[in-house]
Amino acid sequence: MSFEAAPFIDFCINTLFPALADGLLITVLLVLITAPFGLAFGVLLAVGRVYGKSYSHWFCRLFVGFVKGCPLMLLLFILYFGLPTIPYVGITLDAFTASVIGFICCNSAYNSEYVRGAILSVKEGQLVAASALGMTKRQAIMYIVLPQALRRAIPGLSNEFIYLIKYSSLAYMITLVELTGAGKLVFSKYFEPGVFFVVGIVYLALITVTTVGANALEKKYAVPGTQKR
Amino acid sequence: MSEKTTDDYILRVEDIHKTYGDKEVLKGVSFNVRKGDTIVFIGPSGTGKSTLLRCINQLTVPDSGRVWLHDEEVTNSGRKINRFRQKIGMVFQNFYLFDHLTAIKNVEIALLKVKGMSPEAAREKALCELRQVGMEEYADHYPAELSGGQAQRVSIARALAMEPDVILFDEPTSALDPELTREVLEVMKKLALEGMTMLVVTHEMGFARSVATEIVFMESGVIQETGTPAEVFGEGGGFERIRSFMGQIGDLSGD
Amino acid sequence: MEIDLFSVITEWLPYLLGGVVVTVGLVASALIIGACLGLPMAIGQVYGSRPVKYVIGLYVWFFRGLPVLVLLFMFYFTIFPLLDPNIDAFVVGAVVLGLRGAAYQSQIFRGAIQSISEGQMTAARSLGMSRVMAIRTIIIPQAVRIALPGWSNEYPNILTDSAICYAIGVAELLTRTSQIVAQTYITMPIYLLCALMFILLNLAGMRVIAYLEKRVAIPGFSGGSHTGIV
Repeated sequence: MSFEAAPFIDFCINTLFPALADGLLITVLLVLITAPFGLAFGVLLAVGRVYGKSYSHWFCRLFVGFVKGCPLMLLLFILYFGLPTIPYVGITLDAFTASVIGFICCNSAYNSEYVRGAILSVKEGQLVAASALGMTKRQAIMYIVLPQALRRAIPGLSNEFIYLIKYSSLAYMITLVELTGAGKLVFSKYFEPGVFFVVGIVYLALITVTTVGANALEKKYAVPGTQKR
Repeated sequence: MSEKTTDDYILRVEDIHKTYGDKEVLKGVSFNVRKGDTIVFIGPSGTGKSTLLRCINQLTVPDSGRVWLHDEEVTNSGRKINRFRQKIGMVFQNFYLFDHLTAIKNVEIALLKVKGMSPEAAREKALCELRQVGMEEYADHYPAELSGGQAQRVSIARALAMEPDVILFDEPTSALDPELTREVLEVMKKLALEGMTMLVVTHEMGFARSVATEIVFMESGVIQETGTPAEVFGEGGGFERIRSFMGQIGDLSGD
Repeated sequence: MEIDLFSVITEWLPYLLGGVVVTVGLVASALIIGACLGLPMAIGQVYGSRPVKYVIGLYVWFFRGLPVLVLLFMFYFTIFPLLDPNIDAFVVGAVVLGLRGAAYQSQIFRGAIQSISEGQMTAARSLGMSRVMAIRTIIIPQAVRIALPGWSNEYPNILTDSAICYAIGVAELLTRTSQIVAQTYITMPIYLLCALMFILLNLAGMRVIAYLEKRVAIPGFSGGSHTGIV
């Protein structure tokens, strides 16, 4: 197999890049729509697990356990192919919606583990002092525990965000043509071996930029005087 | 003393019992507090002094016994407990400042969220209390940027800002070096002189001698002896236990 | 309907269990490849020369930065066909998961090595050991033990990632599940059965790791505050 640069560059400009641009847009949309919900539900799951009464505690545990134990692709299959087959209540989701729901489940389950760890690491005295000032448990969680816990969870949460960018590629397996899917379609048509490397470079760029942003975020929200290292 | 009616007392503690596992920490403790009193609790470690303070604002729920603030029962008050806690301030050995908030925000937060004050009013009040404890210029520092003595002064300001009827001090200087201890004790002394009602668990005999209206000696979960500083430190008889205790910790002279 | 479902499941269960074997094979190969490459890479990253560190860093950045699906496509459609046009999808899956696992595992091992106090190296050198010998006989035995808890994160990740090999047609659990669904038109029960099998595999594997951890534990020795991937 010989490789010549000039035709490949032409191929990229005329065929590959336009296709990847469309796919990239879908990937970015998937990630940006999933992330806020994944964070919100992740916090809820963590709070439910740490402070919840027995039934909400167990619901959160089982949900997180199921989502972490079940491959994301199977979860997507269940949402996309499985749900419509349930008698009477069958719901048909389009591929984008099914993907977003699956990603929110996955993202929130993993996020909740980081937030839970961070909540447990908040010193007990913080809650005691809040109670002594007359705060209700809800107020203490909202204003004292979570602001501290979320700061500590930033490295884990941004790690999870990076995972989200990567596993958003699985949406292609339920027919949604995002970045990876766009590359695969072009490849199947032209059998140009460089395609997946170009796709790879786009992911690496996305993830490197995100990592830099995450580090800046972590620095910005650090509480003065508490930095380790 | 026997002629007084219950109206004179702002805080009444009745027969508090508390057991952890098989260790009975409090074996029936009762006492009364008048407005403006500074009651100092002394005694060996592990005799339930801190537990007693926590039972008063229900951070620790006693097994039995009752606590009254004015004529309302604090014990068994259910969700109303948070209203009582606004009226009963507490200062902790390890300060427990909220680590993610600056000094002034530490003072403001309960004013905003619990008392529902406006941001401007809360800020003004917080600044005023920080001024009281000499911490105004550190308003924008975070807890991790403060010395222990400074942090404890902020935590006193935080308690004061709620305008409590009584403040509980749980070994407020035990975590501090001697020179930092002094700045905290001075703030507490000033408060006492201004008429704040205070319950103080401490090993600082100098403070007990010069500030207390009443010294309570606790041992093995009960109040063993009670007296004014003049009685305890004076020439009169009695108070063998207190004196032998002070002899042990080597601080008979006071300051 | 219920009898129908039951008979379908008993009919297809052996086929599905065959998928479990393939999945276990994939995961085991990937873990072994990952460990065999990851440990030397970690040593290189801690003790190696500057170019060595740079190359390993690049490798880690590449394999951690790409989605598994892209890696699988890249290797299955582009890289492996250069070597052997009739390559088996299972081999591609195992190698890709293994190479990717090596990138993650190298970071677990690196953290473990870095958490070992410098005194250990100094003491070994003072006994006349060479650097290589000290790394081999003193550092690695400790590092592997410290790294085991980090490993218990790696196993479930590789297990769930192995399902992505469906995309290149490896006949593992999820692939066979989809085939059964396509054949029988029974959807949800089969999917849930598949999920159950993955979860059981997950729990069983964690048991094995916990057992291993206990087996190799040194009394009174714990890896300090080390927690694995940064």
